Order: sequence, then structure tokens, then C-alpha cells
Amino acid sequence: MSVLVDKADLSLKYTAHYNQVKEQLFEGSSEVLNAQRNKAFQNFVMQGIPTRKNENYKYTNLNQAFLPNFEFVHKKDEKETDLSEVFRCDVPQLNTNLALVFNGWFHKDTNEKGDLPKGVILDSLASISKERPELLEKYASLAKTDEDPLVALNTAYAKDGFFIYVPKNTIVESPIQIINLLQSEKDTFSTQRNFILIEEGAKVQVLLCDHTLNLKKYLSNSVTEIFAGNNAEVEFYTLQNQHNGATNLNSVFIEQQRDSRVTTHTVSLHGGLVRNNLKFILNGENAEANLYGMSFMDKKQHVDNFTQVIHAKPHCESNQVYKNVLDDTSSGAFSGQIHVVRDAQKTNAFQRNNNLLLTDNANMQTKPQLIIDADDVKCSHGATVGQIDEEALFYLRARGIDEDKARLMMMNAFAHEVVKEIKLEALRDRIDELVDKRLQGEVARCHDCAYNCDC
Amino acid sequence: MLSIKNLYASVEGMEILKGINLEVKPGEVHAIMGPNGSGKSTLASVLAGKEEYEVTAGEVTFLGEDILDKAPENRAKDGLFLSFQYPVEIPGVPMVNFLKTSVNEHRKHRGLKELTAGEFLKLMREKMDLVDMHTKLTNRMVNEGFSGGEKKKNEIFQMAMLEPKLAILDETDSGLDIDALRVVANGVNALKSPETAAIVITHYQRLLDYIVPDFVHILYKGRIVKTAGKELAFELEEKGYDWIKSEIKN
Ligand SMILES: Nc1ncnc2c1ncn2[C@@H]1O[C@H](COP(=O)(O)OP(=O)(O)O)[C@@H](O)[C@H]1O
Ligand SMILES: [Mg+2]
Repeated sequence: MSVLVDKADLSLKYTAHYNQVKEQLFEGSSEVLNAQRNKAFQNFVMQGIPTRKNENYKYTNLNQAFLPNFEFVHKKDEKETDLSEVFRCDVPQLNTNLALVFNGWFHKDTNEKGDLPKGVILDSLASISKERPELLEKYASLAKTDEDPLVALNTAYAKDGFFIYVPKNTIVESPIQIINLLQSEKDTFSTQRNFILIEEGAKVQVLLCDHTLNLKKYLSNSVTEIFAGNNAEVEFYTLQNQHNGATNLNSVFIEQQRDSRVTTHTVSLHGGLVRNNLKFILNGENAEANLYGMSFMDKKQHVDNFTQVIHAKPHCESNQVYKNVLDDTSSGAFSGQIHVVRDAQKTNAFQRNNNLLLTDNANMQTKPQLIIDADDVKCSHGATVGQIDEEALFYLRARGIDEDKARLMMMNAFAHEVVKEIKLEALRDRIDELVDKRLQGEVARCHDCAYNCDC
Repeated sequence: MLSIKNLYASVEGMEILKGINLEVKPGEVHAIMGPNGSGKSTLASVLAGKEEYEVTAGEVTFLGEDILDKAPENRAKDGLFLSFQYPVEIPGVPMVNFLKTSVNEHRKHRGLKELTAGEFLKLMREKMDLVDMHTKLTNRMVNEGFSGGEKKKNEIFQMAMLEPKLAILDETDSGLDIDALRVVANGVNALKSPETAAIVITHYQRLLDYIVPDFVHILYKGRIVKTAGKELAFELEEKGYDWIKSEIKN
């Protein structure tokens, strides 16, 4: 454990902190992780905490978020091994293989029998990177530390997170569910590093649930690298449900090989400041990427979805649909970059961002960006920022449905276009229900947690 | 049942209704005719409670109660139904959810138990038969992708489901072929009883062959300029509106 020293310049503060805790970071960590650390930190120092001057972060001010004197968790807290007792995520009928990540540290659910097929690994990155370093050859190859300061900072501090491996032609029937919990007596900075390796012809569904269990300030800086082999099929769901004083910085990098299909759903139900970086590299022909996102923000919450889809090979397809519902003085941003490289002919790239503002004070920035260096491509993008359709609202009311209920129906309808794309039926129903609760202004708890925090 | 006295209404500062008077008693059918832009839809919208129309003078009572301060949903639950001239598409809201919510809101208001899913489906099937509604429509989102005629039929279907006391049909017959017209008329006539009433806004006499009005009113420039029996509709069909216009000038 260590606390940040106070220095005027935030980036300097973090530099000093790194030098102070460096030994603890290297200590007990695998060579795989340690090999990247110093270089990553240098890259962080070069870039600093991103400000709005950074083109990629122009809609999100991170200064406030990095300000508190956070505590870092450089060691695993072994006492908390039976977290499943504390916390049960209940997605009914969803029989999952469960694991927990507590303040960035992986804990296997000791009660869970699990039915993972032979050869499949769901374990801690810290231990796998020691025991099976050959599985981590591509570690830090997608998440480049010289391209993003948050990635650099994560790579410098990374000690643990989850690791998933699905060997060739293996189909994981029940979804893998990982619950990311933040809970501490002090304001805490959590660094989580995840790695998912899905080999040729393999198939898996992964569901992440992010939670805070009390009202301390949290900053979670996580990086996930996902590799999908030829013909692999991956569904990757992220359900973000943290309190208003939490900052969730979540960077996901995905590389797809030939004929693979990867679908991500990023659902931001609750959180103070949420930044989702999502980068796809379609690195084999006939790959298909689907990026769905929705957020429900109110009060002063802020959500920023930053996507990049790189069509590096011909005959690939990408679809993006992002929707935000913004209430009160909340704000949102969507930047979607599609890059079709030279010779990536017959690319189909589609992007849409629709936003519903419930008040005049809510605010949305949306910025599509197409970089097309091939000539035979189909690309389209569209964005709307609007309010609830008053004509439709009147129609519902004229049929006896009161205004609140009618609004709720309209908002649900707006979100449902994205929700309906969730293939896992039990999850889809659950998310429908959560969205409904969220829109009704209830705290949408996706679990029976013992902590009834009124966040 | 419905009593409109000296009703003035404007939208965006423009006065559209300029002193409407109309009494509708239980069991009656009133037809309102008149050239485009006369204010027929405005009148219907004001009655249904659309907020963008501002009532500047006059009063409207429905079943003895002043309704001008009532929310649209409460007017609906009191038994006032508007079949829209241009029903709106509502993507993402499934027909069945919408109808079920609507029916149950009405039932709650009348002190009845909400229908179970099974009871609701039974009622829906029965009413679908009545107006010849297809499941391919009820399985969709509200009005989404419906043709003009299908939208009108859907209005009548909803009316049949909700069994209002007063139905206001705003050009429900426009653009319908003779079969569809008959369906609309059947829906209205099935609802007809000594306790219910209808206001039928139309351009054409042909609907009135099926729904026989007790009174025909001509709305022109925001006023009811003429009221007579059903023969007035024939006269209009034959001579157009010009004679009315010149009659008014004199
Ligand atoms: N929402 C509105 N905004 C502006 N003008 C309107 C609006 N609704 C109706 N009007 C105007 O009011 C007049 C009457 O329209 P309407 O009631 O639709 O006539 P009708 O149904 O008899 O054809 C028209 O001049 C129309 O342009
Ligand atoms: Mg009209």
C-alpha cells in the first residue's frame, strides 16, 4: 500500500509515486509484466495525464478524477478469498463460470464448481504470466503504451487482473462472468490488466460487471487485450454500475483474425465519470465486428465512448450502434473512428450514434471520423441528438397512458434497439429490467449485494 | 355528453378556432365536414388535450366535467377517444405492450382488475376479428411500417379494444378503399349504443352511408357555419363547398 505525495502538477505527482513504489511493483510480478513496466512508465511521463488538449480526450476532463490522494493496492488481500459469500451476482437462469476481481486482484470463486471445458483457463493474470508465459507472448502488443497515456499508466502499474484462454475449437457453453469489485476504507486507485486469448474456431461469451461497494472515491484504470483467432466467436459484455464518485477508465483492444466474429456490448448504467476506449483491429479477411453501447446518465455523470475500428484486411464488416440517454446536467461524448487501410477493399463499415436528451441542460458531443484509404468500400455514419418525440408521447397519452409511463416506454424503446442485440437471452431480459429500473430512477442493482449503498 | 361552448383556440399565436359551439348527446352521431385548413383536426386535438394548442376562451365539459385542465391520459380514461388523422409511428414500442398498458390503465381507472396476459390475448383476438386486423401488424412496433390504410385500421382496432364513450374519428376514412371503409364503419357501429356517441370528421359522404349521422356540421374558418341533418352531406358532395362560402359572405 502506498499513498500519493502531493505535488502541484498531477503528472509529476504520479511520476514521483511510480519511483517511490517501483520496487513493490516489480516484486513478486512475472517477467512478462515487469519487462514492460519501465518503458511503459517512460511513455506515460512523455504523454502525461491526458487533458482536453489531447485530441482523443477533448470531451473528457480527467484532471478532477486523478486529483484525490489515492491509495494503491500493490498486493493481493488474501483475507478476501470467499468474496462469493459477500456478493452474489444474480442473473437468473444465467449459469455462469464465475470469478471475482477485487480492487484489481483476481479471486477465483471457491464455491463455484464451474463446468469449463478441458483446457480452458480462467485464472489470474499474475499467476498465469508466471506459470504459462508462452500464452502471453502478445502481451502489450495491442495496448500500445506510446499511443495512450492511460494504457501506459496501466502497463506500468499492472500486477493482476483476469486471464482467459480458450484453446482451438473449444466451445464454452456457459458464459464466463467476472465481477469487478471496488471496496476499500480509503479512496483507491485500482489498476486491472486483463488478457483474453481465444484460439481458432473457439467460442466464448464473457460478461464483466463493474461495481463499487461503498461510497469511497475510486479510480479504476483497466486495460483488456482480446485476441480472436481464425473463425473464433466472442461476445464480450461489460455492465458498468458504479457510484457517482467513481471514475471508470476502461480500455479494450481486440484483434481479429480471418472469419472471426466479435461482438461487444458496453452498458453504462451508472458511474461518475466513464471513459470507454475500444479499439478493434480487423486483421484477417471476412472478420466481423459489432460494437454496441448504451449509457444512462443523470446528475453530473459523464460518459465518453471512444471507438476505433481499423479495417486492415479486405472483406471485413463492422457495425457500431451507440445510444445515450442523458438526464439532468449529465454529459456524454461519442467519438467513432473508422480507418480503412489501403487495399482493405470490399470493406463494409457502419456507424450510428443516437442520443436522447431529457433536459435542456444535458449535453452531448458526437464526432464520427472516417479515414478511408481504399476505394471499393461501403462506409456510413450517422448521429442524432434529440429529445423525446412529443407527437409519440401524445399518442401514448391519448390512449390513457400517463406521462411518466409514456416517457418511460419511449426511453425503453430507444434503448431497446441496442438491448435486443444481446444474444444471451437471460442477460438480455436482465438488462431490459435493469434499464427499466434505471430509467425509473431506481438504483439498478444487478445483484443481491449486502451493501445497500444509496449512490 | 360533450358540451363545447364558445371555444377559441390558437397555436403559435394564430387563432384557429373562433367560437365553436357543439352539443353531443349520448346515442348521437355527429359529422363534421369542411374544407382543408378549417380547424377540424385542431378541434379534435384540443378535445384530446394536445398541449401545443392553447385554449383562449370558452369551455368544454365531458360527462358533466370540465376537461380543459385535464391531462390527455385522464380524458382518455374518462372515455374520450381520438382516432388520429395521422397516427404516429413509435419505433421500439411493441403494439402488444402498448395495447396491454393502455387497456389496463383504462381498467384501473374504472376500478377493474388488470387483465392477465391470457385474458388480454383473448380480448385482443376477439377485437382483431372484428376489424379484420392481422397478427403481422400486432406483432410489430406501434404503426411502424404500416401503410396509410393499416394505420387507420389500427386506430379503429384500438378504439374497439378501449370501448370509449365518445369516439372522435379524424378523417379515418381518407385514403381507404371500400372494404377498409366498411371495416371502419363496422368498428364504429359495433360500439354504438344509447350511452355512446361519435364525432366523425370526414370529407366524403360515402362513410356516412355506413355511419349514419344525426347531425352534419360544417366547420369553416374556425366556426361551425351550418348545421343540418344527414341530407347536408349529400348536398356538399354534389355542390362542393363554394356555395357555403358564398352563403357566408352574404
Ligand atoms: N401545430 C400547428 N402549428 C401551426 N399551424 C397549425 C398547427 N396545427 C394546425 N395549424 C393550422 O391551423 C389551421 C387548421 O388546421 P387543421 O385543424 O389541421 O385543419 P383541418 O383538419 O380542418 O384541415 C391550418 O391553417 C393549419 O395550418
Ligand atoms: Mg385535419
